[in-house]
Parts: sequence; C-alpha cells; structure tokens
Amino acid sequence: MTTFSALAEGFRSALPAVDFCSLRLSRETHQRLTVRQGVLEPIESWDDRGAMIVVHHGGGAGYAATGDLSPSGIAAAVDQARQWAERTAALSVTDYSAVPMPHPTGEYATPVKARWESLSLADKVALLQELSATLKVDDRIVDWDASLWGIDTETLYVTSGGGRVHQQQHMLIPHLGVAAHADGDTVERSLGGRGYARQQGLELLDTLDLQAQAARIGDQALQLLAAPNCPEMTGHLLLAPDQMMLQIHESIGHPLELDRILGDERNYAGTSFVSLDMFGEYQYGSELLNVTYDPSRTEQLASYGWDDDGVRAERQHVIRDGLLVRPLGSVVSQHRAGMEGVANSRACSWNRPSMDRMANLNVEPGDASFDELVSRVERGVYMESNVSWSIDDSRNKFQFGCEYGRLIEDGQLGPVVRKPNYRGISATFWRSLVGVGDESTHDVLGTPFCGKGEPNQVIRVGHASPACLFADVQIFGGA
Amino acid sequence: MRAHFETLSADLFSALTGDELLLLGFAGESTDFVRLNHARVRQAGHVDQGVLDLRLVVGRRHASSRFVLTGDADADGARARAVLDELRERVPLLPEDPHLLVNREVSSSEQVSTAQLPEAADAIAAVTRAAEGLDLVGIWASGDIERGFANSLGQGNWFSTRTFHLDWSVYLRDDKATKHGYAGTTWDEGELWSRMDVARERLEILARPARRLSPGEYRAYLAPAAVEEILSMLCWGGFSLKAQHSKRSSLQRLVDGSRSFSPAVSLYEETGMGHTPDFGSFGFRKPARVPLVEEGRHAGALISPRSAQEFGVEGNGASADESPHSLVMAPGDLPRANAAQALGTGLWINNLWYLNFSDRPACRITGMTRFATLWVEDGQVVAPVDVMRFDDSAYDLLGDRLEALTVERDLQLDAGTYGQRSTTSTLLPGALVKGLKLTL
Repeated sequence: MTTFSALAEGFRSALPAVDFCSLRLSRETHQRLTVRQGVLEPIESWDDRGAMIVVHHGGGAGYAATGDLSPSGIAAAVDQARQWAERTAALSVTDYSAVPMPHPTGEYATPVKARWESLSLADKVALLQELSATLKVDDRIVDWDASLWGIDTETLYVTSGGGRVHQQQHMLIPHLGVAAHADGDTVERSLGGRGYARQQGLELLDTLDLQAQAARIGDQALQLLAAPNCPEMTGHLLLAPDQMMLQIHESIGHPLELDRILGDERNYAGTSFVSLDMFGEYQYGSELLNVTYDPSRTEQLASYGWDDDGVRAERQHVIRDGLLVRPLGSVVSQHRAGMEGVANSRACSWNRPSMDRMANLNVEPGDASFDELVSRVERGVYMESNVSWSIDDSRNKFQFGCEYGRLIEDGQLGPVVRKPNYRGISATFWRSLVGVGDESTHDVLGTPFCGKGEPNQVIRVGHASPACLFADVQIFGGA
Repeated sequence: MRAHFETLSADLFSALTGDELLLLGFAGESTDFVRLNHARVRQAGHVDQGVLDLRLVVGRRHASSRFVLTGDADADGARARAVLDELRERVPLLPEDPHLLVNREVSSSEQVSTAQLPEAADAIAAVTRAAEGLDLVGIWASGDIERGFANSLGQGNWFSTRTFHLDWSVYLRDDKATKHGYAGTTWDEGELWSRMDVARERLEILARPARRLSPGEYRAYLAPAAVEEILSMLCWGGFSLKAQHSKRSSLQRLVDGSRSFSPAVSLYEETGMGHTPDFGSFGFRKPARVPLVEEGRHAGALISPRSAQEFGVEGNGASADESPHSLVMAPGDLPRANAAQALGTGLWINNLWYLNFSDRPACRITGMTRFATLWVEDGQVVAPVDVMRFDDSAYDLLGDRLEALTVERDLQLDAGTYGQRSTTSTLLPGALVKGLKLTL
C-alpha cells in the first residue's frame, strides 16, 4: 500500500491538462493447490500487479496499461492514454466529455475470519490429501481431485478530481471432483458444479464440511453410473441453486448488460433480445421472479464498495415481481442509453479497460420449502450442478445440462437419472416460474470464469438463489 | 524484452547453488487495442506487459512463481532474486513429485518474425472509411508478441512475432450479420476494402425475408469457421493423453476403437506451421507434426512432460492442458466453388456459436448457428435463416453423414486475447454433411 500511495501522490502531482484522468493500481496474488489422485500437482503461484490509466479529453477516451510502476512508467502511460483520447476523439461512439465521472473517496475490505495464510502450506496440502483419499470410494472412480484456490486483491483508484478509493478482497474457491467409468461410459460429479466461490476466508471450509461432501460426491458418481438416462419429457423442472446460478447468469445477467444492448458485444459475446424500450414495460418472468444486483452481500464473490469507474455500489432490483425495471449498465453506458443502471463497470485486471459486468446477480427467496416444491410436481425432474451450457447470441434459445438428476413423480423424489438436460427460450422460460424456494433452499455461489469483451476478459461473478420450480420444460437425457 | 529476459536469466543462473535447476519462462506483448461499435471507437488504448515465470527444481521437488516485470533491470533483478529465495524456502516443504519431468538435453531455438505494421490510429481511420455506411463492430489488435524459455543447463528459446488482427462483423438488423477477419504481417488497405465489399454483398442476401426452420435434420455445408467450432469442442481434452487415460476424453470411444470418423477425417497438431512457439515451460521442444486422427481412426495424443512421466510414455512437448495450438485437418476433394451445387438444398452455415457437450462420452454437441446462415435451394442462396440450435454427435457429423471436405482450407489465426494475445491457429477445410439435427 505504501508503494501504491506514493505512486498515487506522484500521479496527482503531475496530472496532464485533460478533462478527466484516473489511475487504477491493482495487485492480485493467487495460490492454487491441487491434489489429483493423491499426488500434489505443481502449485500455481501468481503475483500480478500493474496500472491502468484512463483519460477523457476533447470528447475522446483513451487508456494505457503498464507493469512499469515507476513514476516515469506511470507518466508514460498517462501520455499514451492522452494520445489515444486525442486521436480517436472525432471517431468516438459517444462524447466522453459529457460522461459524469465521479470522484469518490472510501475504503472497502472483505470481512475475513481465517485468512489463507493462517493455515500452513503443509496443512493445506494435508487437508487436500485427506479429501482426495475420501473421494476415491470405489475402483470405478477413475479420476479424482481436490483443490483450494486463494486469491487476494488490492486496488487503489485515484482520479484527477480528488477521488481516492482503496479496496481489498479475499477470496476462496474450494473444489472437489470425480469421474466414474464403467461399460464405456463416464460420469462426472463435483462440489456444487464448481460453484463454491466466495469472498471469504478459510472459515468457508467449516461451513461446507468438505469431508462429508467428498464422500457424498464419490457415492453419487456411482449412483449415476448405475442410473438410466434422464427420460425425454415436457414437464416440471426443479433446479437446485448450483444450476440456478448458471440459469440466472446466462439468461438474465448477460441479456441485461447494457453494453450488450447498446451493441458493443455483437462481434464477440453477442447482443441481447432485450431492448432499451422494454425497461419498465416488459414482463420478464412470472410475478414470483425478483432479481437483485447486490454488491452488499459481503460473502458473495463479486461484492465491492465502488466499481472501477468509482461509482458507489448499492443493491438494486433489476426485475421486481417479474417486471423488468433496470439494466446492468455502468456510468458510461447509462450516459449513452439515457437511463439509470448500476455500479458494474469492472475490469478483470490492470491490463484491461472496465466495461459492464453483472457482478452479484441474485434471485430473491420466496416462501416454499424444498418439500413443498417437490410436492407440487406430478411428473418432472430435479437437477443439480451445472455441467453444460449453451445459449444463442441474443441470450434467448438455451440448452443446459446438469451432473445429477432425480425423477419427481406424484409429488415424491424418485430414482437418480443420468445426464439430465433441458432446453428453452429465455423470453418465455422465466414466465413459467411457478415456485420459488425459501431461505432453507437458498445458497450463495459464484464463478471466477465469466468471459466477455474485446480484448477478452474473464471475471468473477456471484449468484445466490433458492431452488426454483418451472413448468412445461423440454427435458431429456444423454445419447 | 529479449535482452531484458536474457540479462535476468544470466543473473539468476549465477545465483544458483548445489543441485538447483532453474527454469524460466517469459510471456510478453506490446499491443494497441481499438474496440469498435457502429463503425465508431468505443475504447482505444495500449497494453504493455511482460511476465516472468520461475520454477526451481531440486531433486524431485519443485516450486514455481510468476510475477509482472517492470522493464527496469535493477527493480526486476532484485524482485527475481527475492522470488528465487522464496522458492528456496518453499521447495523443502513440498513432497517429492513422482510426475516431474524436465528436459535436460539442451535444445535452443529462435523463431523471430518482424513486420512493418501501420500505426494503429491510421489503420482505424482506414477501417472507418472503408466501413462508411455500415454498422461495423469489432476489435483491432496490433503489435509484438514475445515468448521465451531458458534454463540453467544452458538452453534458450525465443519466439516473437509482430502482427495485426482486425476481427469484425457487419450488422444489418437485430442478429442478422456477417462475420469477417483480416490478420497478418503486411497491411494492405486495398485488401481491407475488398473484404468489406464481400461483407456488403452478404448484407444484400441478409436483407431478404428470413426463413424460419422447424426442428429436424437438414443437409448442411459447414464453412471452415463452423468446422473450427466443432473441432474446438474436441480440443476440450479430446486429444489429451491424461484425459484419455482417466476416461474423460470426449474421444474416448474413438480411442477405444468402438467409434470412428469418416476415412476422410485426418487431424494433426502441426506446430511446424510456425504460428506458435515450438517450446514449452519444461524445456521440451514440440515436433513439427503430431498425428491425432488418421483416416477416421485414433492416431495419437498430445502428451505433456507430466503425462509422459505419469503414464511411462514418450512425450511430445504438449502444454499442460494437452490441447492443440495448431490444429490442421487434411483437405478433401470438393472444390469450394462447387460446394453450393453439391449441397443442393439445405443450410449454408458460415459460423456456429457457444458449443458445449450434451453428452460428452457420446461426443454429442449442442450449439447455435450465428451470423450469416443461409438457405440454399438447387445450389442457389435464396434467404437468410433465423438462428437455430443443433444437437448432434461429432461421430455422426464427421462420420457416416460426412459427404465431402473441400480442397481449399482456411488458415484462421485466433483473435483471442484472454490475458494475452493468442498464438493459436487452425488450418481447416469446409465440410458437406448429409444431415444436421436442429432442435430449437
């Protein structure tokens, strides 16, 4: 922080004569430990630090990213960013001089009970060795691994108008996975579909009870090996939170990102079936559907105090009682679209410019217990843990697959089924939401792997959800 | 950054003691990025980055760490020495690694290509002129890409290339668009204009009333970019020896011999094309060509040093994820000029999108059509087609239902920029299939 502070002071003392200039200093340290089949894989350690400069001037915008954190390195980057702003001002997609860039001050830090370093490297490896041994419940388990991924981030954002925001995040991503094989077929089972990614310390491990989870995962893989393929039907679909995570992400999160609606992503991640005139008018889902952008849930993966354009992050409904009310758009996109959004301008690292990302996007709990949701189903399938995802570039026609399914018949959970898949269309799927689970069915999940943008960026997002029940869904199994 | 990397390497190697072995990797770039929307500039900037990777090996124990270089010799030298000391402290705490395999036969190399690229701002001005009246969206990336390796046994490898890459689409309305690319080492504004003319011609077709298809099986011609999307799914562990040994490969049934592709299908990892470094992070060199599938049958795997040690076989220098970086498919005998006539009536698919497995062991893949997918009748393009989902097995599409591959192949340089600019490429023909199952 001392170095960052000194660089920030140097930046402030040598500001160019431009409309707006910001410096985002970023440091991110990773350590990922994996034990596969009882053998410690090469440890991945990574110390990533650098600076991003953004300049708005004369209606244009430019950026420059550098790993040279000397005063002269920062000064050179400022000059490069200024030159880009000047060279492209006449060609800009918007008048950047009219974007109301904020100049905030503040601090944010993840509340952590047990930091990554509080457990020695040897103890973490020993824990993974134990979990690896537990996963191997049978000779038909042909591959198995356990991992822990600890991430620390620190950013200092300063602006030409006196803004200064310091933020620190501490993240933990545990993983357990197995592959089971018999008779020419292989099935996979994992911890929450790789969805337990939180902004927490090692206390998360106590919450999850990984030893019990490892035994369950191994056992369920064998159940899947013995199970029939999921039958083809049009029926009720009950999704666990670790599949709702993906459903929310792909068919609510991405289509509501304002930069997609404005066309920025059409060459890569795609456009959106949502248009600007639909906000405040369009019934996105049934009246049971309430969706929030929520950066305030501290244990969730994408919580923060301010976004990378310095906008204060506050919880907002984007869908209320099924009605589409607000896009996921940052200060630049809000200016371009002429509508309010949220604080979601984010960059994956110092070497990429910020853009609209969904951050934490959650379905709010309802009032039905899990058993009540099951009891409402005459014929359908319960699915857990995403394993396959595919959706069109407008974020409408989707097909998703899960690791684990169980038939539901006459209001009772039935036998396990293999390779459960379903398909639908976003514009109608959410209107078939007929049941929303209560807090007892709720879980907080996330993924560090959301890809988008040109140049490409992979970023962390969080999705909390209860179990949800949908009617009249096309369901099917493997080949 | 080559001189900087070599200076750091020499300094670090001189600091080693006893039986310490040090492996160093470098990845860097100096890139101008300009993002475009509506033929205007959305974001423009420059990224300078270089990352040093240190791996200290002592006996069968090893540890590694990566950090970002500043470019300053004193600062980076001090930092690298400090990281080396951290690794020295960590190595004794770790267990012996039974799968460690390091190249100890010195094999140095150099692949350096230079070019005279245009100023990015000038190129963007040219793009906006050529795209006048068009709704163009995309990305420009240009500059140097560098990769290096050195070890304390005396080996040194360097790869550098200087390229530009314009990856763009032109939109007519909603999702009706046509996708294009222009990449290389020699910028020719005339070539840009001719490619823009092709886009304009496609837009005229897209302006016709769209055809909405019902689910079912349709004859289809898959252009090389669409073939690449299907083969990219096979690259998700399909060719990996580790995945094959752990029964997780999507091509497990091909490996086991219970399924096969058409005899027309042959696939190779062809590092010899020269678009990607021929060395890896443990010092092993990659052969010019690795057969993966020959005449429809399993012919080999990509084998990292780690897998070579674990499974007791000879490796071929593959990266840790054992996925292809220069995938090549053998050509067929159908001239591309005759492809529409050979298709007769059916789908002409230029691009696919967002593929994933609906049943990995069966190599069953789902995905979407995207950009200019066209309906052809009696060899003539008659209408654009609204986007459709397919769900089908690669064993069928590239097996009994494969009618022909084209004589001509497209070299496609990957426009990917996750973390850093990609050096991956493919060389693939188009494919005519007698049936593609559309589901939604």
